[in-house]
Amino acid sequence: MPSLVERVSRTAQFLWSGWSGLAGLSVFAAFWQVAHEAYGSFILPSPLETLAAAKALLGEASAWQLLLTTSSRALSGFALAGVIGTVSGCIAGFHPAILRLVQPQITLMLGVPPIAWIVLLMIWFGTGSATVTTTAAVACLPIVFLGAAEGIASRDRLLDDMALSLGMGRVRRFFHITVPQMLNRLLPILVMALGTAFKAAVMAELLANAGGIGEALAVSRSNLDVANALAWILLSVSALLGVEYGLIQPTRSELEVWRHAARPWGVKR
Amino acid sequence: MNALHLNGIGHAFLGRTVLDRITLDIGDGELVALVGPSGCGKSTLLHIAAGLLEPRQGHIIRTYERHAVVFQEPRLLPWATARKNIGVALPERLSARDRDDRILAAAAAVALEVEDLDKYPVQLSGGMKQRTAIARALASEADFLFFDEPFTALDPALRRHMQDIVIRHVGSGKRGGLFITHDMVEAVRIAHRVVVLDRRGKGISGKRHIAPMPGERDERMIFETVQHFMKEDPLFRHVEELLERRPG
Repeated sequence: MPSLVERVSRTAQFLWSGWSGLAGLSVFAAFWQVAHEAYGSFILPSPLETLAAAKALLGEASAWQLLLTTSSRALSGFALAGVIGTVSGCIAGFHPAILRLVQPQITLMLGVPPIAWIVLLMIWFGTGSATVTTTAAVACLPIVFLGAAEGIASRDRLLDDMALSLGMGRVRRFFHITVPQMLNRLLPILVMALGTAFKAAVMAELLANAGGIGEALAVSRSNLDVANALAWILLSVSALLGVEYGLIQPTRSELEVWRHAARPWGVKR
Repeated sequence: MNALHLNGIGHAFLGRTVLDRITLDIGDGELVALVGPSGCGKSTLLHIAAGLLEPRQGHIIRTYERHAVVFQEPRLLPWATARKNIGVALPERLSARDRDDRILAAAAAVALEVEDLDKYPVQLSGGMKQRTAIARALASEADFLFFDEPFTALDPALRRHMQDIVIRHVGSGKRGGLFITHDMVEAVRIAHRVVVLDRRGKGISGKRHIAPMPGERDERMIFETVQHFMKEDPLFRHVEELLERRPG
């Protein structure tokens, strides 16, 4: 375990790197402002108006409820896909024959438009949480599966031999040698999958009229309230960023201290 | 009493015979250097002896309890510190304190500094990585060690230093070992006995005992022995040949 000092310094570095993120966002906001000045408030409200709208929304308890609903649906879909995808990906990674059989099905799954899934799931599950959660899960299952399978299949066999030669048992080899290598490949993909889960959840909510941010967006659309719609987009992106930087990135940096050590000085800061 | 007994070992890759009728005994606490031209199947024989490959023919009798292999590459886990790499094969039943003691003892045996133990492999030099790999093998309580040309990638001074570590901890009645090398000086420095593998992998061509114990040999004696082997001894005629890819 890294010492407390190291941990604090790592956290401080992470927070400090927030400035560069903020700078990037400011550039984005500047372009947004230019577009706003060109097209006017009705088509594209300014960033400040949007922020004000978002602030007003956050003042209402019901808005928090909506955010929570969508986040929990997206997260449960993500978790479902994460567990199923990782377990089946591991199995397929160890058995090339299974991987070859499953690969076309994954291509098939990736090829079906998400909207088609929503129609099917609405018929099967009705217009409730189950549809939204399952849509989110279906959207990120294929990439999680492929990530886990490739992580296992591309493992370093030399390390396997090393572990075997030291008399490590099968289970121990799996958890100490193979899993870290798989996570190495899987973690960036999980970050991507989380984003996909949020997007799919909001879309499913909008189309299935199933509450959450999606439905709030649908209401804004029918009122032609662009500021409100943008505010909701802003909030859903913030929810995603909150989960990513509050949950996924800390886990990742905990598991990848060694990667940090490998980075040249200029990249660290 | 033999620690390792290989009897009539034969192996083939895709129908191409690489090893045939290899019989080799290694005594308790004896360090044997196996030499032979490049591509004659030395590594394959080691992999078979260490249980990483199943031989097509022959059988192996091991009377030691555990073995460990030091490979040509360090093969460290990049995500673990040197400390964790050394401890990777320690039995799980050990208490944290015993674990730490073992790791520190193994690190001390290969002259790894305590402050380097918390570094990751990317932060270590080539020599330190290979020392970590040896420490890992020593810490695993192995009473027989296999070495697969472990020092080929190191510079000569460092290589001598590593050979001294091997002389101190393997052989001399503590642990037996099989050391593969194509460097005759290395073989003559560290081994009790030098065994030459046939250049086409067809049996053992012969063996030579070297009289003083490893560690008691001086540089001059080593130099002269190597000169004698290479110039006058017909057994070593093919050792420095390069036969990576040969037909048949």
